Amino acid sequence: MADSSNNTGTQPGSDAGGFDLTQFYGVFFEEAGENLANMESMLVEIDIASASDEELNAIFRVAHSIKGGAATFGFSDVAELTHELETLLDRLRKNELKLNRGMVDVLLEAGDVLRQQLARHQGSSDRSPDPTDLVARIKELAAGKVAAPGEGGRRRLRVRVGPLEDPATADNLAELFRDIPSLGRLEPLDGGRAVDGYRTFTVTTTSPDDELIELFSFHVAREQIAITPFDTAPVQGAHEGDGFGFFVDPATLPAAQATQPARQLEAKARTEKSQGGSLESTTLRVSVEKVDQLINLVGELVITQAMLTQQAKGLDPVQYQTLLAGVTDLERNTRSLQESVMSIRMIPMAFVFNRFPRMLRDLAARLGKDIELKTVGEATELDKGLIEKIIDPLTHLVRNSADHGIEAPAVRVAAGKAPAGTITLSAAHQGGSILIEVRDDGAGLKRDRILAKARERGFAVRDEMTDAEVWALIWEPGFSTADQVSDVSGRGVGMDVVRKNIAALGGSVELDSAEGYGTRVSVRLPLTLAIMDGMSIGVGGETYIFPLGSVVESFQIDNTTIQTIGSTGRVVRVRDEYMPVVALDEVFSVPRGESATRSEIMVIVEAEGTRTAVLVDELLGQHQVVVKNLEANYRRVPGVSGATILGDGRVALIIDVTSLVKRTRH
Amino acid sequence: MQSILAVDDSASMRQMVSFTLKGAGYNVIEAADGQEALEKARAQQVDLVLTDQNMPRMDGITLVRQLRAMHAFAATPMLILTTESSDEMKAKGKAAGATGWLVKPFDPAKLLDVVKRVIK
Repeated sequence: MADSSNNTGTQPGSDAGGFDLTQFYGVFFEEAGENLANMESMLVEIDIASASDEELNAIFRVAHSIKGGAATFGFSDVAELTHELETLLDRLRKNELKLNRGMVDVLLEAGDVLRQQLARHQGSSDRSPDPTDLVARIKELAAGKVAAPGEGGRRRLRVRVGPLEDPATADNLAELFRDIPSLGRLEPLDGGRAVDGYRTFTVTTTSPDDELIELFSFHVAREQIAITPFDTAPVQGAHEGDGFGFFVDPATLPAAQATQPARQLEAKARTEKSQGGSLESTTLRVSVEKVDQLINLVGELVITQAMLTQQAKGLDPVQYQTLLAGVTDLERNTRSLQESVMSIRMIPMAFVFNRFPRMLRDLAARLGKDIELKTVGEATELDKGLIEKIIDPLTHLVRNSADHGIEAPAVRVAAGKAPAGTITLSAAHQGGSILIEVRDDGAGLKRDRILAKARERGFAVRDEMTDAEVWALIWEPGFSTADQVSDVSGRGVGMDVVRKNIAALGGSVELDSAEGYGTRVSVRLPLTLAIMDGMSIGVGGETYIFPLGSVVESFQIDNTTIQTIGSTGRVVRVRDEYMPVVALDEVFSVPRGESATRSEIMVIVEAEGTRTAVLVDELLGQHQVVVKNLEANYRRVPGVSGATILGDGRVALIIDVTSLVKRTRH
Repeated sequence: MQSILAVDDSASMRQMVSFTLKGAGYNVIEAADGQEALEKARAQQVDLVLTDQNMPRMDGITLVRQLRAMHAFAATPMLILTTESSDEMKAKGKAAGATGWLVKPFDPAKLLDVVKRVIK
């Protein structure tokens, strides 16, 4: 263990020797990160005109807490910046200053800088921010004139100066007040006589403390000046040491009472308890790798269990009663184990939603708009891997809503709407998937403009297209990229990329809009990428899996329903809708051999709003499959999104419905 | 074994204080704020209370005042850990019945030094 540099002054061999403060760093960084996130959300939500004492106190405590930890663990840059914040926040919570927007901006900016400083100490970033300018601005704000106009800002202070070699130098202070009448009044409290080299005065003034100190420092050193509100009497008879002190002489303290018999049992129980684990924490932090390893192992276990179940099917139930009962138990327990393990990776959507209040606040300021954010269903849980990947697409959608959806306040008022626009983010579970919506009450999409733009871009469009078809143009590659390059949402990323990214997560996205009323974008995602509900189908002795979410329906065909167009194209009419037909054995070139089986079952699948009918031999059933990455284990196969291992140990390919649907369109 | 009630809303500070004191052979009971400390103090007697001042729910000075009013804590030493050592703070601490104060930041050695002066 390395000795902390703070640890000087310890006698060698004492109990305090050999402390390694680095062991507390991890907790400190996490705590500071949570504190900063907390501060940010409080600042974003705070009502500037009527901030409550409790809110201001809570924000003060954040700065205070980070400062305490940073100073203890030796992160001096963090401690210095939080110290400045603390000074400003302290005056705010004491109502000496009034909160304004500029302060909130500076506080938010300070939070960003602190985050960078902490990241540098953690080694996750080598950017070292220069807070000089920021500190100067914080100081300026903190030095602001005393508020409370009701009292005229007049305060009565006790000023203690010393220790002075020549107590008469303090008389210069009285001189100052005579020279500058606007400063207020200064009167000696000690009748002009120094006590132990200290002089005490009472000052009635409207000037802030640091202005007084600035003035006084012409005559006496800063360190010799102590200013306190008048109504607090100085503490007499304190025994002070370096950085600590006692109100009573420790020598007079009674020795700790011997534990009385009545307390003994209790004390014993307490000791045992504390040895069992003193950190009474209900959560445990585990690295993601460990969890993923667990998930992998459970996946393997599920496959083994499925294999055993399959094998056991052929056994005589009478002869192997116990074994079969065991297999049933195994299946049940494996399933609950799998569910429990998967739930470890689940994170509430608040993780994503929480970053938007701050983003929208900055956006609204830049766009000159008034935007309120509402979030619904923050507690809805989603797999960690998916959550991380959905942040960018959602950010893009929210930016779009703020930039193109919500109108400027004047435009809104003219349209009879409230001046402030609302963006609503919601998340909810629906079956095996999660539905995330970004909704705004802005201008909505303009059908004519979209059609005009589509023509300009060379898309084949007709005026008779349905609204849904028109809105769908937004998602087309090359539609939204070029002319929306604004500072906010145009970053060369079009809506087509958003859709592509969501599709890559096994999800889908839809848009609905009403001109004048707003736009709603719905994103549907599977809850996890590791396990999927699948429908297994058979073709020529091979088994394939369709993601259940993309299967619309399936039925037996008779030959008359399929019509041939041209030389190769085939279509089928299902409930007045024509869709292309594709035979799976042709797609994957499944050898037919001698068997005379024909594909007589049609499965209708849907991707990106387009339906395709797929011909297969048989439907084998629905079940959960553990998705294995084919690229990692073999190589990329066109038309296949992954693989799974079946109960009998064979590998089945999971069909990439999106690419299958695309292929039939050409 | 002597028991110390360590109160701080910051988990890292609590861990540091707790680790230091346990290393020196004390039994440490932790609380995350004044309210929790008060509840724990009602359940068990301790030989020293070390409390942070700024905490949610109940601050350190209020905790000291409330504990001092309890018969079992009438003579128990109580130290306030604080970042400010102004006369104002000291006056409040004294009025509440605190035994003394310790200025943050402090290192483990100083903490033990001060604790040893009040626990015998």
